[in-house]
Amino acid sequence: MTKVQNLSRSFTSIIFFLELKSEYLCQIKVSLVCMSLLKRLLRPSLEFRRVSLKTFKWWAFLAFFPMLASAETKEFKLENGLKIVVQEDHRSPVVVSQVWYRAGSLDEVNGKTGVAHVLEHMMFKGTKEIKAGQFSRLVAAAGGKENAFTSQDYTTYFQQLEKSQLPLSIKLEADRMVNLNLTDEEFAKEIKVVMEERRWRTEDKPQSKVNEQFKSTIYHVHPYSRPIVGWMNDLENMTAEDAREWYKKWYAPNNATLVVVGDVKAEEVLKLAKQYFGPLKARSLPDRKPQVEPAQTGERRVVVKAQAKLPYVLMGFHVPPLNDADKDVDPYALEILAGVLNGNASARLNQNLVRQSQIAVDVDAGYDMIQRGRETIFVLDGTPSEGKTAAELEAAILQEVEKIKTSGITEEELLRVKAQVIAADVYQRDSMFYQAMQIGQLETTGFSWKILQSYPAKLQAVTAEQVQAVAKKYFVKDNMTVATLDPQPITDTTPKGKPHVH
Amino acid sequence: MFTNSLIRGLCLSIITLAITTSAQAGLNIQQWKTSHGSEVYFVENHDLPIVDVSTNFYAGSARDEKAKSGLAGITRYMMTLGAGGLTDQDISKQMADIGANLGGSLDADRASFKLRTLSSSREQTKALEIYTKILQKPDFPDAVLSREKSRIIAGLKESATQPESISSKAFAKALFGNHPYALDEDGEVDTVTAIGREDLQKFYTQHYGAQGAVIALMGDMSRAEAERIAESISAGLPKTALPPALPAVTYPTSASEQRIAHPATQAHILLGYPGIKRGDVDFFPLYVGNYILGGGGFVSRLTEEVREKRGLVYSVYSYFMPTAEIGQFQVGLQTKREQADEALKLVRETLNKFVAGGVTEAELKAAKQNIVGGFPMRIDSNAKILDYLAMIGFYKLPLTYLDTFNDEVSKVTTAQIKDAFNRRIKTDKMVTVIVGADEAKQ
Repeated sequence: MTKVQNLSRSFTSIIFFLELKSEYLCQIKVSLVCMSLLKRLLRPSLEFRRVSLKTFKWWAFLAFFPMLASAETKEFKLENGLKIVVQEDHRSPVVVSQVWYRAGSLDEVNGKTGVAHVLEHMMFKGTKEIKAGQFSRLVAAAGGKENAFTSQDYTTYFQQLEKSQLPLSIKLEADRMVNLNLTDEEFAKEIKVVMEERRWRTEDKPQSKVNEQFKSTIYHVHPYSRPIVGWMNDLENMTAEDAREWYKKWYAPNNATLVVVGDVKAEEVLKLAKQYFGPLKARSLPDRKPQVEPAQTGERRVVVKAQAKLPYVLMGFHVPPLNDADKDVDPYALEILAGVLNGNASARLNQNLVRQSQIAVDVDAGYDMIQRGRETIFVLDGTPSEGKTAAELEAAILQEVEKIKTSGITEEELLRVKAQVIAADVYQRDSMFYQAMQIGQLETTGFSWKILQSYPAKLQAVTAEQVQAVAKKYFVKDNMTVATLDPQPITDTTPKGKPHVH
Repeated sequence: MFTNSLIRGLCLSIITLAITTSAQAGLNIQQWKTSHGSEVYFVENHDLPIVDVSTNFYAGSARDEKAKSGLAGITRYMMTLGAGGLTDQDISKQMADIGANLGGSLDADRASFKLRTLSSSREQTKALEIYTKILQKPDFPDAVLSREKSRIIAGLKESATQPESISSKAFAKALFGNHPYALDEDGEVDTVTAIGREDLQKFYTQHYGAQGAVIALMGDMSRAEAERIAESISAGLPKTALPPALPAVTYPTSASEQRIAHPATQAHILLGYPGIKRGDVDFFPLYVGNYILGGGGFVSRLTEEVREKRGLVYSVYSYFMPTAEIGQFQVGLQTKREQADEALKLVRETLNKFVAGGVTEAELKAAKQNIVGGFPMRIDSNAKILDYLAMIGFYKLPLTYLDTFNDEVSKVTTAQIKDAFNRRIKTDKMVTVIVGADEAKQ
């Protein structure tokens, strides 16, 4: 549910993320597979999203599960429109503070792709009061960790601190919400960093390239077709003024949510927020026009050639996202379907394609119902075993889908997925960061954190018939997009130079 | 696929961070030995209805022989894919049915098995029953072994085309030579191919003894329950003596530089030297010093010089990975291939200046503020505490390790940092691996 299709400001931040998430990551699968999941976590955008669904399978479900402390969650709104949600968790003397902006690659236009993410980088480059680089130094000196990430739907900045240091976080975030000093000089350096990031994330990663092409094929009109990091051409031609324009457009209290989770008192957080964010002025935000992807009317295919050994196949179907948390049925059934296909090591895809027929070395399925852009896809992907082709794996995956369409799922499978939901709900309480992520993501995508409370019942109510029905309805050829990696050999990788003699 | 050196790098960094976690007043670690000689580390906490278990063996990839490299990893993995008559599918299904998570990892030193389960009686009993079988009665089914070998080999072949994996593998080889720390945890295509079921059985019997195994327990259980769990895990393990200590790492006698051709748009550069051991006398000066050099994220010297001032990289970092024997000190970066030499030169200058000149009082103060002030975040979840228990137990660190950590950090002086780096990091004998750059400009 809660997706992590984010670009982070740094590599070290990813280390940091892994440190946070490893508790889930490494408990789901054994180490070899865990390694591959970690690797996937480092990929951008869509890849990230799928990871969020597989790696964070538990989390995916639990994301919508009621939180232990839901009774202690309080929300406020300042006069300038800033939303504040505080969840008290007194297990440890720490606090997580996040500022979520409703601005992501979804809001970009052609020719300026990647600007949301570039601005995220620039947010650390100083304000009228705080010099470039000082933000990080001040947080570090307070014992804190800080970073930021950009997704399709939002840009988020966060700090993790010992609880008494919360005022510093609030003060600094309020300052850079309106006082950013975005200079040409700093921009010129940072845009080069972002281009290095794109090379690292996408250019040299064959599966990332497939993902990028896949998205621009499955979406023809909707902005989800564009890479979060931006096309290289757009980065090369981006100016400081583009970033300034973005900042002026979207960075305002009435386009943001402050989420605080930890050993704090809600009333005290409100007081701090009033003190620092209170004086900021609301701004009129641009109209957000609905952007709707026209119905797909025939199968789409794309092939990507890149240097690699193994092929890779990535397939997607347009499916509905969550719109009305009370009335919708299909999103919950699709969530269960993802669990049945790939919710645990015994789920269908792994059991049938990796363990039994051994046609794949790795196979995956995922669905994100929470999307601010109100468009989403159900994704299936995998790597064929040596000697097997992408086409053979594609056929095998489709056969699994077909089995569900014709024969449905078993009661045992349904109960298994639901049992995991219950456990995951408990496990998530061990991480404050996750809890803050869930709240922030829901608030920023146009839902309320309160739907976390109704979600378990919604999932528990899903029937086997409903799961079969969504498979039949959406998994049809005319609604399918397939991207494949055609691996190209690398000729010369022989070492030159002399190794040590020990 | 399965092997990814960059990730390994990252994982190592995480471990490095983990090691350095310090103490919070009130973390009451209880420690005892089972009747079969396993060491138990326990923290009781009833805030959440969760039980976490981690069992650790001296069975990492450094125990591999070169000709059967990858055996340690395959043994650990295969233990979870068939035990006591349960098939891989039985294990997965039964664990999923009660919402239990089975995990674990393998590094050069250690093989670990983790279990997270609800503490409710039905779930906990069932989860521990399966977990115990995995540790005590692995079946190593032939058909599963053959399948998993194919998957691992596919992963190795894929990794051999990716610059991150290539650089990491070449770096370990160049740094450690004939020492087993040079061996890839995932093995090589040839060595994995050569591994058979009897190899796994033998490795298991020799390395998974009750004697010296480290069992960490965290969460919603009483001391009596913890004792019973530890006893039942320990009781059925092989009656084997502890494996011998690993051989000592030898230091490079001269600098080396390897360039490996690759068509990637970025060059992947690693440089380093053998660093420190767990429990090393120089641990704290090197740890605090490294925070300033390249461990402190956006506030490190490397990030400042290479990224913030010049925009040459997205990522540049340094870390020490303390292991049972001397582990890696690694500096890493990726940069557009055309500017690889420029970036490497700058990194070397920054490192040399750091080692020769040491740190300023202001830098040291800022480092201490972050490390000491950030301590509470290091043990703010059951999952994190469990990892510390396992680490303290596995490396025989004092029980007060966490309690005294902040004091040890606070005591470090600028002179100690300069002295420790000078003695430990020989900048004229560094190992360098560059994948994907153009030929060196002379």
